[in-house]
Amino acid sequence: MTDRLPGFSTLAIHAGAAPDAATGARATPIYQTTSFVFDDVDHAASLFGLQAFGNIYSRIGNPTCAVLEERVAALEGGTAALAVASGHAAEFLTFHTLLQPGDEFIAARKLYGGSINQFNHAYKNFGWNVVWADSDDPSSFEAAITPRTKAIFVESIANPGGVIVDLQAISAVAKKHRIPLIVDNTMASPYLIRPFEHGADIVVHSATKFLGGHGNSVGGVIVDGGSFNFAGDDRYPMLSKPRPEYGGMVLGETFGNFGFAIACRVLGLRDLGPALSPFNAFLILNGIETLPLRMQRHSDNALAVAEHLAGHSKISWVSYPGLRSDRYHNLAQQYCPKGAGAVFTFGLKGGYEAGVKLVSNLKLFSHLANIGDTRSLVIHPASTTHRQLTDEQKTQAGAGPEVVRLSIGLEDTQDLIDDLNQALDAA
Amino acid sequence: MNHDNYPNDYIRGILNSVKTIALVGASQNPARPSWIVTKYLLERGYDVVPVNPGLAGGELLGKKVYGSLSEVPGPIDMVEIFRNSEGAGPITDEALALDPLPKVIWMQLSVRNDEAAARAETKGVQVVMDRCPKIEFGRLSGEISWQGVNSRMLSAKKPVLSGKGFQKLGLNRP
Repeated sequence: MTDRLPGFSTLAIHAGAAPDAATGARATPIYQTTSFVFDDVDHAASLFGLQAFGNIYSRIGNPTCAVLEERVAALEGGTAALAVASGHAAEFLTFHTLLQPGDEFIAARKLYGGSINQFNHAYKNFGWNVVWADSDDPSSFEAAITPRTKAIFVESIANPGGVIVDLQAISAVAKKHRIPLIVDNTMASPYLIRPFEHGADIVVHSATKFLGGHGNSVGGVIVDGGSFNFAGDDRYPMLSKPRPEYGGMVLGETFGNFGFAIACRVLGLRDLGPALSPFNAFLILNGIETLPLRMQRHSDNALAVAEHLAGHSKISWVSYPGLRSDRYHNLAQQYCPKGAGAVFTFGLKGGYEAGVKLVSNLKLFSHLANIGDTRSLVIHPASTTHRQLTDEQKTQAGAGPEVVRLSIGLEDTQDLIDDLNQALDAA
Repeated sequence: MNHDNYPNDYIRGILNSVKTIALVGASQNPARPSWIVTKYLLERGYDVVPVNPGLAGGELLGKKVYGSLSEVPGPIDMVEIFRNSEGAGPITDEALALDPLPKVIWMQLSVRNDEAAARAETKGVQVVMDRCPKIEFGRLSGEISWQGVNSRMLSAKKPVLSGKGFQKLGLNRP
């Protein structure tokens, strides 16, 4: 065993997954159990008091989920992680750990529509107030900062596709004002972008997408970068104040540079409950073993399809940072030189009606509300994921009426191009 | 020793070789890291001797508390310091005045005093700073992986059950 940091592909297969201590099972077992017996009464007390490492109950932690947690933490270069029931749950527990009622956070306007809904509507009940900023203009984040700003939230590659965010510029604003930067790295995956290397403090994932990669399991992950010092910072009482739930323990002090991940687990997941099932964790882990191979193929296929569509007569524009002509191409070369991911948007000259017809005519592309599957996927955001937004919000979010979003899968490129050609001919 | 990045074998060697650990800054409060570390190390078979002038003569987790390092009877293998970085200096000097010398001086997570470390290393005493022995034991054994912590350890060999139940792992996996 060496102390040298192993390469990404090695981590994707091995991180967190030693053979099972009791049986020697080499694949990670699915610990499909609610609960774990204690060694003795004293051991039980130690576990409940956070004084020993171990397993109590699968809502709080599970050995299969723990392998997923360590795997993603290692791939992102973080100190620890927490697996949860969905990407939405990852966002929710992250903000629950950072914000008090009346607090604010700043989020980029170009986000997954579901995140926009969560921030605009669900968070109102908790008194957490989102303030929107323009991810193309880091100064708009600085202008939005108030004494109650507790976090900044952006996507590394932004939904519905084709936007590369200048993480270093936004991180500089966050660091200047000592505010943690949260990056949703779902679209890029750590294979393409590792946000901690660009100044992020916390990374969240919808593991449903490229980490799992096979369209079979909903899940989410929170990764602690270990870079933000919460201890002694009164703005973050979940980490800096004695917690009555744990006899007065100060989590940010006791757990050092992985205190944020522990706080999300023992204050958020324990009490709010969006736990990941061990079976889903197992499937996502299997997906991650091939993440480097899949992400490269996704990106290579997407570039070929985007290049084809850019030359098609019925298409007015294609937004894919892998294209040399794209406004984000320089940022893509800086942040994700291996490829710009699987997801991008294009505009149809025929507008909303042409979008509806296109998704109806495609035969190989599946019309559904997901990304990051082995299969190629298509959606018309204006009539589906972004339907609840106003027209102005739709356009601001990059989901105007003429916009179609593709998530390019791992099929043969020519078959994807042929299917798009026949559907465009008929649209 | 490069105190920014300790090799795993260095930490494992220390945790394997020490038996008696004098823990300076011991606490009676179960929510404090020093109490938690005392309990954890006792459970792992170390002979932890709590040191705290305010608690001297009393008992902590079944162990007699001493007022200072010089009052502890018998040789001490390792001095574990739960004080701030500045306070770690005089404690280090007290440790270096012991006869026989301790083999190791360990400063807790967030505690770092490079001048004190240099004085210890000159006398051949090994030093660890800004680390927690419980976290390091958990990391090297694999226990900490149950909490989703990045142990930075990869192995195709199975972890070793410590023989004291299912939820304790040993330090020396192959």
